[in-house]
Amino acid sequence: MTEATTGEIQTVVAARLLRDARSVFIGVGRPSTAAILAREVHNPDLVLVYESGTIGAKPRRIPLSIGDGELAATADAVVSVPEMFNYWIGPGRIDVAFLGAAQVDRFANLNSTVIGDYDRPRTRLPGAGGAPEIASGCGEVVVIAPHTRRTFVEQLDFVTTVGHGDGSDPPVRERLGFRGRGPTAVITDLGVLEPDTRTRELTLTRVHPGVDAEQAVEQTGWPLAVADDLSTTEPPTEKELRALRALTSR
Amino acid sequence: MRTPTTIKPLPDAVAGLVRDGDAVALEGFTHLIPFAAGHEVIRQGRRDLELIRMTPDLLYDQMIGMGCARKLVFSYGGNPGVGSLHRFRDAVEHGWPRPLELEEHSHAGMANRYAAGASDLPFAVMRGYAGTDLESRTTVRPITCPFTGERLTAVPALRPDVAIIHAQEADRRGNVQLWGIPGVQKEAVLAARRSLVTVERIVDELEPRPGGVVIPGWVVDAVAEAPGGAHPSYAHGITDRDNDAYREWDRISRDRDTFLAWMREHVLDTAGAAA
Repeated sequence: MTEATTGEIQTVVAARLLRDARSVFIGVGRPSTAAILAREVHNPDLVLVYESGTIGAKPRRIPLSIGDGELAATADAVVSVPEMFNYWIGPGRIDVAFLGAAQVDRFANLNSTVIGDYDRPRTRLPGAGGAPEIASGCGEVVVIAPHTRRTFVEQLDFVTTVGHGDGSDPPVRERLGFRGRGPTAVITDLGVLEPDTRTRELTLTRVHPGVDAEQAVEQTGWPLAVADDLSTTEPPTEKELRALRALTSR
Repeated sequence: MRTPTTIKPLPDAVAGLVRDGDAVALEGFTHLIPFAAGHEVIRQGRRDLELIRMTPDLLYDQMIGMGCARKLVFSYGGNPGVGSLHRFRDAVEHGWPRPLELEEHSHAGMANRYAAGASDLPFAVMRGYAGTDLESRTTVRPITCPFTGERLTAVPALRPDVAIIHAQEADRRGNVQLWGIPGVQKEAVLAARRSLVTVERIVDELEPRPGGVVIPGWVVDAVAEAPGGAHPSYAHGITDRDNDAYREWDRISRDRDTFLAWMREHVLDTAGAAA
């Protein structure tokens, strides 16, 4: 088998995080691929929840949209949008949420609204979708994003979704009455960033095979802290890689 | 008092219910998006609409690009799984074909706004928006729970002039049934002053379906038959989502002239409901 690409490693690492989760909330793209892979390889009972209202979907193929027919056809329950947010996400019934973003700052706050000024945007992005309440309600948040200086910025152009605010005490999440723990990991194509237990600032704790910390620091728009006990991601096993490639070619 | 539901041809139904300047909600969360009805609104040349929809999707990209909209009320303006909505972006970034006023929310906010509208309440209460830049940019207010003192968020009710949805079936009295992903369509119909439902087929008798959502005909103003009327979205159990069309839209919609030529061929020069 050919060696894993950085994108494949990113997906495999995300899937491993779901080993012990009961449920995961996912959008389309890499998060969805990771969750389906986790169900196939690590955790057959994992409940996949999509924003479209499908709870316990069991897709065999990677859906293009969160509302693909296969998700509804295989779900344990299909609920309306108000029910999804008011009965399931808000009360914290979902363990883990995977989120993406166009910009991520050092406290894992996210921007998916605009690049540039709100009233005269350079790039108008899709907007919030479910992200703000998913991030405040779900048990924890895992951010999945490409590791570039465009994405990992010193200052967000717009705060769409609160991660750990400005990192100060008392914790912003407590002050705002959020249920969940917020971002616990940011998985990039270069490594894994985790909030420091004291300062809540994202810290490089792991690099993927073949990546050195310097590369990650270089691709981050703020002086990225590197953990003293920086480790290297365990490379994808043959089983993981085989399952992932079968899934993406299906 | 609503007049009894009537089953009529789509052009007549749209002409009777949608007026220039209306606040119009065409709902359907990825599934059951009422494309045929939206195309009829474009063909009839409606202007200055306040378009309301959680996920504008290709349909509002088309309506915005054709100059129907004055304002957009929404929560996620992307082409799901593909990328940008280029006509939406062009309107926001460059004011083409006309400037577009935005009122944006989160999904949870929009869903609760519809639910409040359906309940005829002035607002809904939820946890959300706190700490975000959305909070100061949109129509939400902090509110204190009178029982516990908890600080919560109030979102104003949505009361569209017209709601338009697509469903699998209606019977001859205009009772409607949809199944699969139910989205927020029932709330949209009940929140709106007037409503139109397009359906894949008219049947003698509705047959109960697992997860079926039934909307009684007496809260619907008009039903129109529009087979395939959700394409390139889909009607669960009847048609499939045309994912290729969603991918292809990225190319078509990038360029203004390509977009206009496509709309002329596929929407303007077609005969309406039968197209």
